[in-house]
Amino acid sequence: MRYTYFPGCSLESTSRGYDRSLRAVFRLLGHELEELEDWNCCGSTAYMSVAETMALAVCARNLALAERQGEGRPLIAPCSACYSVLSKTDRFLREQPELKARVDEALAEARLAYHGTVTIRHPLDVLVNDVGLEAIAARATRSLAGLKVAPYYGCQIVRPERGFDDREAPVALDRLLGRLGATVVDYPMKVRCCGGMLMTTADAVGLELCYELLRCAAAAGAEVVATTCPLCHINLEAYQGAINRRFGAKLRLPVAFFTQLVGLALGAGEEELGLDRLLVPFAPALAEAAHV
Amino acid sequence: MATAARTATRLDTAEHELRRAFLAEVEGIPGGRRISRCLQCGTCTGSCPVSYAMDLSPRELIARFRAGDVRSILASRTIWLCASCYACTVRCPAGIKVTDIVYALKRMALARGVRPARYPTFAVAESFVHQVETHGRNNEPRFMLGFFRRAGFRRALGVAPMALRLLLKGRIGLKASRIRAVADLRKIMRRAARMEVRVEHDLAGGTAPVGYGVVGARPPRPMPAAAARVPR
Repeated sequence: MRYTYFPGCSLESTSRGYDRSLRAVFRLLGHELEELEDWNCCGSTAYMSVAETMALAVCARNLALAERQGEGRPLIAPCSACYSVLSKTDRFLREQPELKARVDEALAEARLAYHGTVTIRHPLDVLVNDVGLEAIAARATRSLAGLKVAPYYGCQIVRPERGFDDREAPVALDRLLGRLGATVVDYPMKVRCCGGMLMTTADAVGLELCYELLRCAAAAGAEVVATTCPLCHINLEAYQGAINRRFGAKLRLPVAFFTQLVGLALGAGEEELGLDRLLVPFAPALAEAAHV
Repeated sequence: MATAARTATRLDTAEHELRRAFLAEVEGIPGGRRISRCLQCGTCTGSCPVSYAMDLSPRELIARFRAGDVRSILASRTIWLCASCYACTVRCPAGIKVTDIVYALKRMALARGVRPARYPTFAVAESFVHQVETHGRNNEPRFMLGFFRRAGFRRALGVAPMALRLLLKGRIGLKASRIRAVADLRKIMRRAARMEVRVEHDLAGGTAPVGYGVVGARPPRPMPAAAARVPR
């Protein structure tokens, strides 16, 4: 199947490993990602704090482009903020005719229109529910057996709307990694917020949230945290030094994108998956997957 | 705290304006009117991962609005500490869109020039908007530079070693990626900005200056002049 792909700004920079591993995984599974042409920034959480109509209009341009380019194909957004903001825009425009009228007027300035036909999907949802666990396992050449993984969902792929999984206790990532052989550790903070942009604006709070999360995952025996979002990833990975200094801790827990783990199982190389770019090294020894 | 903002029956002019603006914002949120169903149970506060650091809890924030004290909400650190995780929204038994309401309060505060140095969300927003207006995308290192320029370069000291490590790992894209149709995007933004004006409730007449009652209610009819003069 072919999907329209919205990488988002972080995947061009700090989260290149997410972009590379996602493309590799889809290719290895025989699915095609076609990048949305000339996509613009989704506006993230920052725009909604400034002006509502503008935030929706900026985002709606992407939906209009996806509608024109995609002809009914789903739009895949791997960053939780993009996924959440694109979904929210689509929902607001369907539920608030008055807002829709204003956004239509703004889009018309660029000879664009959005008719509400794009489905916004997170790649985790697509892998688990479209491609299917069995089809993925069938293509696995290595097993994640012996690897203790803490699945971390963060906030915005499961909230606020009930999307593809439970909002309090999602299992999609647990099932995916478990099916590929990993030991999925149970810990109570898998949907607890990492603080998002608070790491930048109120670091005392952001560092504490991430410290609690990492400590909890490590105490549960995790050897690696699997993330689904670029901002969660950078908060949990790149700030470990700052966390250790502040709290006198000795955390050194690798944090990988879930697609990097899936890619390893599918036989992709570390460089191809961007694993060589992690700050906390992660190079598990994996067995051949005769038994996956 | 709110004594300056209201008397028993009337809001002062500034608070009156804030209340009107807030109610207009609430109208723009799908399901926004459900704020009138708040039962002050505190589930929002209990679910919030950062309420421990707030001066007004999310529950208290709604109580303050009801009491006719939007001013103290806009002066609180609470609105800048919301990380938009939606835990409150998901759990609210009354279905109140708490996170979207906090977004509305952030917009109101930013529009009124509230720029707390300790919680520089304004700097994030301004730098971000500048990036998108200029390139159509958000180039992360440029965004951070713009943030530090507005929030103070002192903040850069703490992240400099980490930024260097990211750079060495090839995870900082120095070249700004720019969309072809930047001019189109700007047209969309300019047009949208002109349409931000909202239909505001008319709260004239001093009716229901406090409480939830006015949310979603029709504007009160002006009292006929003759009737107004009838004693009692």
